[in-house]
Amino acid sequence: MKITKEEIAHVAKLARLSLDEDSIALFTKQVGDILAYMDKLNHLNTEGVPPTSHAILIANAFREDEMRPSISNEAALSNAPAKEDGVFVVPKVL
Amino acid sequence: MELYELTIHEAHELLRKREISSREITESVLDRIDAVEDRVGAYITVTKDQALAHADAADESIKNGDCTPLTGVPLSIKDIICTKGIPTTCASKILKGFIPPYDSTVVQRLKTVNAVIVGKTNLDEFGMGSSTENSAIKTTRNPWDLERIPGGSSGGSAATVASDMCIGSLGTDTGGSIRQPSSHCGVVGLKPTYGRVSRFGLVAFASSLDQIGPIAKDVTDAALLLNVISGHDPNDSTSVQREVPDYTKALVSGLKGVTVGIPTGYDREGVDPDVMGAFQKAVQVIEGLGATCREIILPHNDYSVAVYYLIAPAEASSNLARYDGVKYGFREDSSEDLLKMYSSTRSTGFGPEVQRRIILGTYALSAGYYDAYYGKASQVRTLITEDYKKAFEICDVILTPAAPTPAFRLGEKIEDPLTMYLSDIFTLSANLAGIPGVSVPCGFSQAGLPIGLQILASHFNEAKFLKVAYCFEQATEHHIQKPQFHNS
Repeated sequence: MKITKEEIAHVAKLARLSLDEDSIALFTKQVGDILAYMDKLNHLNTEGVPPTSHAILIANAFREDEMRPSISNEAALSNAPAKEDGVFVVPKVL
Repeated sequence: MELYELTIHEAHELLRKREISSREITESVLDRIDAVEDRVGAYITVTKDQALAHADAADESIKNGDCTPLTGVPLSIKDIICTKGIPTTCASKILKGFIPPYDSTVVQRLKTVNAVIVGKTNLDEFGMGSSTENSAIKTTRNPWDLERIPGGSSGGSAATVASDMCIGSLGTDTGGSIRQPSSHCGVVGLKPTYGRVSRFGLVAFASSLDQIGPIAKDVTDAALLLNVISGHDPNDSTSVQREVPDYTKALVSGLKGVTVGIPTGYDREGVDPDVMGAFQKAVQVIEGLGATCREIILPHNDYSVAVYYLIAPAEASSNLARYDGVKYGFREDSSEDLLKMYSSTRSTGFGPEVQRRIILGTYALSAGYYDAYYGKASQVRTLITEDYKKAFEICDVILTPAAPTPAFRLGEKIEDPLTMYLSDIFTLSANLAGIPGVSVPCGFSQAGLPIGLQILASHFNEAKFLKVAYCFEQATEHHIQKPQFHNS
């Protein structure tokens, strides 16, 4: 399965990256090489093998839903590139 | 001997007896940074004033009779671990100006015992790389040969330890990022079991693989650091509720009754002959100390590069979605359109390797390809984990080289991502299986570059490899050698 420039451009859009033509060409080649290497996985029969999502056995970690101290609104906004009246500011959506 | 050359346990003895003060050793380390940092380039931030304030607080605590093994000891921290009030860059342009409003749990724990933080170390951007060349901030050089890479991604931390610009350090390991640079820099690097150390305040790269661990001048120091950073944390639900042993108790002589496994096929093509020679000698030393060696088979180990480079980028593509120019760091401000602001911020803010992995990961998770890539990789991950489970039924620890070659030259592999990925062949599978591993110095190449021995153990059995590593270290002198800062 060969990855195309169009697919790279599509995935970049999904990932919110704007790539120029040169980057698309380079990534098409490099990601294509990497995926060709990954093809070796298809030589393995994994029928019935459960997937691992977590490296150690750990069940849901529950805790009481209690109020705890957390960082202040001011601290949470302290790194924002743009803020106003205690909220993040972004370009117009509508 | 200069104070900056001390190990943690040597410094602790002198601090405890009050023969030196924390201020003296901290000033010595800061002077050392002034003298050699220009050549090595391992620090992103040196926190001189805060370090001296920490040192004075430590001296006060020692005066009051409170001197734990890390009290007053100058340490460096990889710059992907959040430090309140100190910039945390992840060596990325996208976190430009980010100052964490809170401390990571490991840093809190260090502060509780009055350790001294001297600075934040360089890395591959967000931990993505094997050479520290993917830093958007600076180039770090290997103290043993300034034309070579220090390894990565914790290359800055390993270089600060190797060049005595700190007494010990914390790095992070997602696919070998503690063990491989430790191997290349001739120091001890330990990746704990997944869940042993809290990841709260560690900027996430691949959440099912990331783990914080010590980089140190010897095995005893690694155990002392591990003692302090381990343990459950309510702020990280993947950290386990399990008692933390005193890891220094494992540091006793004699390997009688210990079975070490050597995987068949580790000597495949591509392993440097000097690495092979040093590894085989190390195995002989360990046998000579009383251990029994036997061959083991890890049938799916050959698939670990393919599995890792699907799972890690998939998780990264999701974790790095948070960098959108809104909440912190850098924003490309030219656009009046929200979606354009997101994509121009991300394209300008992330470096090429990070973008490549986001693309690869997004592709592996995308509709139509999920089963073929991410799904398949997650199944093979199970097979890799089962291989280890079976192997540890017949041996206590497993030995391999930490890396297939000594440190390569700056620029040698940067244009060819797949070749760079293949250099992680010996370290990746431990992260996939969640098991702990350590790299200890085991010799030098003909060109004088350090070589590391990797020792792996089963889940939560760090004590088993610490014992083997300690006995090996006692029987050899590789860890005492110091770099002379020469250009090749």
